[in-house]
Parts: sequence; C-alpha cells; structure tokens
Amino acid sequence: MTHEQTQTHGGEAHVEGQQHPLGIYFKIWAWLFVLSTFSYLVDYFHVQGLLRWTLIIIFMLAKAGLIVAVFMHMMWERLALIYAILAPPVFILVFVALMTSESGYTFLTRTIFFVTGS
Amino acid sequence: MSARPDGARGFVADWSSDQRTFKGVPWGKAMMWIFLLSDTFIFSCFLLSYMTVRSSTTVPWPNPSEVFALSFGGEPIPLILIAIMTFILITSSGTMALAVNFGYRKNRAVTAILLVVTAIFGATFVGMQAFEWTKLIVEEGVRPWGNPMGAAQFGSTFFMITGFHGFHVSVGVLFLLIVARKVLKGEYDRGDKGYFTSRKGSYEIVETMGLYWHFVDLVWVFIFAFFYLW
Repeated sequence: MTHEQTQTHGGEAHVEGQQHPLGIYFKIWAWLFVLSTFSYLVDYFHVQGLLRWTLIIIFMLAKAGLIVAVFMHMMWERLALIYAILAPPVFILVFVALMTSESGYTFLTRTIFFVTGS
Repeated sequence: MSARPDGARGFVADWSSDQRTFKGVPWGKAMMWIFLLSDTFIFSCFLLSYMTVRSSTTVPWPNPSEVFALSFGGEPIPLILIAIMTFILITSSGTMALAVNFGYRKNRAVTAILLVVTAIFGATFVGMQAFEWTKLIVEEGVRPWGNPMGAAQFGSTFFMITGFHGFHVSVGVLFLLIVARKVLKGEYDRGDKGYFTSRKGSYEIVETMGLYWHFVDLVWVFIFAFFYLW
C-alpha cells in the first residue's frame, strides 16, 4: 500500500490530503463508462435468468468497488478507517437473509389465502 | 515522527492510540465517512423493503425495461433515459474527482470551474428525473398507491427510493455551489473560518464534499442495478 498523503506536523500548519496522479482518475472514469454500458446492454439484449442476475451483480459490485477505492480514496487510507466504514455494511446481508425468508412466508400465506379463500 | 506500522499491527495501534483513531484523516472527512455509513443503512432499508414487497406480492411486477422506455419518433428504446442519467452522474463523479485533485494543487480557478461543472451535471440529472417522474405520473398513471401495469407497490417504492436519491443530488448541487463560491473567493487559500465550526477552511473541504458526491453516484449504481435492471 502506498501512502502519498502529505503531512506536516507542528503548530497550526496541518495539511493532510490525498494527492494522486491524474491518470488514475481518467482510467477509472473510462472503466465506469464501460461497465455502465455493459450493464445497460444486459437489459438491451434481454439477457434473462441466472446469467442476467450474475452479470448485473458483477457489474454493480465492480462499479461500486472502483468508486469507493479510487474516487473516494479508500485504497490509500489506513486500515483503521477502512474497517470502520466497510465492515458494518456487511451485516446488511443478514438483514437481506431475514427479509428473504419473511417475504417468502408472506408470499406463501397470500397464495394460500387467494387459492382457498380463507 | 516515526513511521506508523501498517497492516493488522497498524490497525490495533491506531485504535488503541491516544487522541485520534483515524490518523492522517481530517476530522471533517472522518465525520463525513460516518455520515455516509449511516446513509448507507438508510438506503439499504429502502432497497430491502423494496425487495420484500416485490418478492411477496402475488401480482406481476411491472417490467421496468418497458415502463422506462422512451421513443424518439421510432421504436421505443428500453431504459434509454435511465442510461443517459447514469452516464451523466458518472461524468459528474469524474469532474468531482478532478476538482479534489486540483484543489490540493491549490489551483483555485480550475477547482471552482470543475465544481460548477459537477453541479451543472447534477442539476441536469435532477431535471431528467423530474421529466421521468412527470412522464410516469401524467402519461403512465403511476401513483404511490397503484398503477395500471401491475403490483401496486411499484409506485410507492419507486417514488420513495428515487425521490430520496434525487433529494440527495439536489442537496449536493447546493453544497457544490457553496463550496465553489468559497474556492473562487479564495477562502481556502487564506484559511477563512467556516460557518459553524470556527475552524480554518482548507481544500480538505473539497475532498469531503467529493466524498458526499461520489456516495450519491454509488447509491445510484445500486438503484440502477436493483430497481431498473432487476
């Protein structure tokens, strides 16, 4: 991991910031365009079924990763911040599992109600 | 100052140290990250409730590919407006990243121009969203409580999720213009004091602003995937 943060300590002068070459921003910018085009084409060409969900999720996670890592400078931060911010959202997956189970149950009871009428 | 350890050792050292945990991170930026974390949970709750109502309804869900199709005189092109909005938001994210970079180079004019350009792209996005909402409400007859195409929950989740996102973009545009004005007036060069904080202003604020703006783009990535493409 490269640390390119400029830091001067002492007195009131306290300059801290992320300074990186411009090239990497243009590269990521181009990738975001390409990935967005890909995910749009998934819909345009009516890709269906498992392939559709897989492609959408892959492109989504790739875009999100690039934005957080480079545009939001997370790849240059220290682990203390990275873990503090990126670890908590993982627990959302538990919530997803809970609600998947819950909505499956709701769907089942609704179906039974509409079929049998009680 | 001795070099700080990296990796797991650095993680433990940072969290067990005095005074500040996030070494090398200005307090405003750390606070912005924590705000964005809380915002992540808010948007997650919206998307999760959308997932729940969509997978529990016995009525077919309207096909977003057809609902959001737009024709320019000929065959309707699926999702074209949403695709253009996505590209506009990505473009604005790029100009924002450049603004942060030029801010740290203390290039006042270029930073201000890039911030204004970012704000213009953001305003364009909101404008297109207003057009999209108008079309959906007036032409397609979509309401929060029902629509002619299928499941009633389509309208409520759509207006809730895109509305909250659009609100974030609008607030972002406002703050971009405020920061651009401060940059242009040279307040960050002189270190003028901020509105509420009485702390010295600096180009760090452009980066903090950038975090918020990239987050708005990030949320759109998930909305695009889950609401429009699913």
